[in-house]
Amino acid sequence: MHKKYSISGKGFISFVKDIIIWDLSGGVIYQLFLCGLVLIMMLGVYAYFLQFNSGLSVTNMSDIVSWGFYIANFTFLVGVAAAAVMLILPAYVFKDRDLHKVVIIGEVVAVGALIMCLLFILVDLGNPLKAWHLVPGIGILNWPSSLLSWDIIVLNGYLALNSFIPFYIVYSHYHNRVPDKKKYLPFVFISIFWAFAIHMVTAFLYEGLPARAFWNNPLMGPRFLASAFAAGPALISVVLGAIHSFTEFNIESRVFRKLRLIIVISAIINLVMLFSEIFKEFYTPTHHSRSAIYLFFGLDGYDALVHWIWTGISMNIIGTVILMLNPGRKNPLINLPAAVLLFFGIWIEKGMGLIIPGFIPSPLGEIVDYTPSWVEISIAFGILSFGILVVTLLVKPALIIEQQFEKQEEMATQLIHT
Amino acid sequence: MDVFKNRLKEKPFGRRAFLKRFAMAAALSSSASATGCIGLLQNDDRFQLKWKEYFKNNYRLMTPQEKEETVERLERLAQIEKHVDIQMSSKSPVDGVLFGYAFNLTRCEGFMECVTACVKENNLDRQTHTQYIRIFEMEPGGMSPETGDGKYFHEVPVDHHFYMGVQCFHCENAPCVRACPTKATWKEPDGIVVVDYDWCIGCRYCMAACPYYGRRFNWGAPKVPNNEMTQKQHYLGNRIRPKGTMEKCTFCVQRTRAGRLPACVEACPTGARVFGNLLDPDSEIRFVLKHKKVFRLKEDLATDPKFWYFVD
Repeated sequence: MHKKYSISGKGFISFVKDIIIWDLSGGVIYQLFLCGLVLIMMLGVYAYFLQFNSGLSVTNMSDIVSWGFYIANFTFLVGVAAAAVMLILPAYVFKDRDLHKVVIIGEVVAVGALIMCLLFILVDLGNPLKAWHLVPGIGILNWPSSLLSWDIIVLNGYLALNSFIPFYIVYSHYHNRVPDKKKYLPFVFISIFWAFAIHMVTAFLYEGLPARAFWNNPLMGPRFLASAFAAGPALISVVLGAIHSFTEFNIESRVFRKLRLIIVISAIINLVMLFSEIFKEFYTPTHHSRSAIYLFFGLDGYDALVHWIWTGISMNIIGTVILMLNPGRKNPLINLPAAVLLFFGIWIEKGMGLIIPGFIPSPLGEIVDYTPSWVEISIAFGILSFGILVVTLLVKPALIIEQQFEKQEEMATQLIHT
Repeated sequence: MDVFKNRLKEKPFGRRAFLKRFAMAAALSSSASATGCIGLLQNDDRFQLKWKEYFKNNYRLMTPQEKEETVERLERLAQIEKHVDIQMSSKSPVDGVLFGYAFNLTRCEGFMECVTACVKENNLDRQTHTQYIRIFEMEPGGMSPETGDGKYFHEVPVDHHFYMGVQCFHCENAPCVRACPTKATWKEPDGIVVVDYDWCIGCRYCMAACPYYGRRFNWGAPKVPNNEMTQKQHYLGNRIRPKGTMEKCTFCVQRTRAGRLPACVEACPTGARVFGNLLDPDSEIRFVLKHKKVFRLKEDLATDPKFWYFVD
């Protein structure tokens, strides 16, 4: 281990101090990477400032397409957050040692994704200064009637769980202590159920609206899970690949192999369900199929989503097939481009491809196209950059502490043997 | 800052008030430049009004006195900010009244006088041409507005066509009410589905939940010229809505609770619109329901609208 990454002392203050020092030190490329993220965030802040002053009129949303790019990204990122469970479950329940070593990265990715989710909701609010009306006690949370109130509870709960567990483990390791399982394992098991909950509840948000035939589909919840468990581990593989290639931390091939298996199985289930949905919409097209027709083929000359959805589904299928064939048997990093393909395919399909057609045609049969305005795109990319920054700044110190703790343990066992 | 300190000294406050003030301080500091905080502090009167308005409760939880106070504040704010004298009411529903509406498809000829009257009466945004009422020009052979043309712009009535008006149907089992995460929209005892514009956070979940396109959003700050503004307003009705909140048809609550007809009914030149008290056996609406063949839109969704269509 490099000398600059040494633990300086004990207690919470030196813990925070070390983390800040480690986060800020690094090579030129690392510094440029951070600066780039901050620059995009600043563009996002500027765009949000405009939106805050003039209202959501600076977006391309309308009374017909009343949710757009923000909610599309929110929906997709909930899946990414939920996917951490695909590492937590084998690591803690099936005691998988390989995945246990990288489970913390999964948890940190979940934290980043959840922060992005909550920010996407916040920027979508017409009246963000009144967001306190949602807080029980000082405001009113319409629970259990409103599915949105359920979503707020499960998202914040999951964020708390996924912040507490890794924090406790890393903080213990920082002090060279073995974390007390009794203190964190119960939360781990809660978080496993909770991960399914955040995704099912988010699906129910749409599924529970008879007004929107395109969403009012009982397959939505299960399909959310399947696509999330493909896209999430795909992203985690890419993050691990980046850590493996660009830092001194070594990620074992076995981890990538296991992740590939999870991704392939989930992606295949996802495609089966997609096929089932497409069959229902197009074998006997009804009035309720008009959204799907709009999405896949365009309706009355409006076709803003057609090329997107075909691109998305192609990426989805190609990515799945490549990962199935597994060209990276010897070097798992070769599979990563396919994981990227799959990730972006699901992003398109589950983001814009799911949210926008729900509104088109309108309940009165009117059709408009929607493409996000530059303000929406800037704010969205600002939030995505912020999420990536959060993940980077959390993963780096966590990995340093974990490695140092591992080394200490190895030395201790060596001492016992000699 | 003295303003803050003095106010803090004035009276001790509990946890709830403290949290509220804390939230306000956070909100203010984060948006100081955006809301023109310095300007607010200079105009102490306006600042006080805005401050109290920001922390007021959901309308349904207000005492009659609190309702009166907020109405007064809003009247004064309209004076200070827009230089208009408005008279705002907070009149409660009348006992024994449940409003219902019926639309005569034979009579309507698509003149859209109702739309014009509605825009004027309800102070709807002139910039984005917000309309609560949509009129669809329909070809024979269908009864769903999806098959009609909602954007016609030509001389009416056109031969072999009929006209169908659509607005908020004030469902008894309203999906929007169930969806709202803050209880900012609800069904009043007289059956009107209303929005507390100052409690709405603008998430637009109700809009996604409405199967009738009955709700509208203020994407920007609504613009209504002073000389065109209807000054007799109701807190839950036609007052000028803040930016970023939902609004919708309220059966002209400001008129109907005072015993008048909604503006659309009054304006209709052909008498196609019928409005009245469903609990009054002698009302015109009850006559229509008893003697005409009526139907409602999308009855399969079990929303139970209080808006019926009929033919002569």
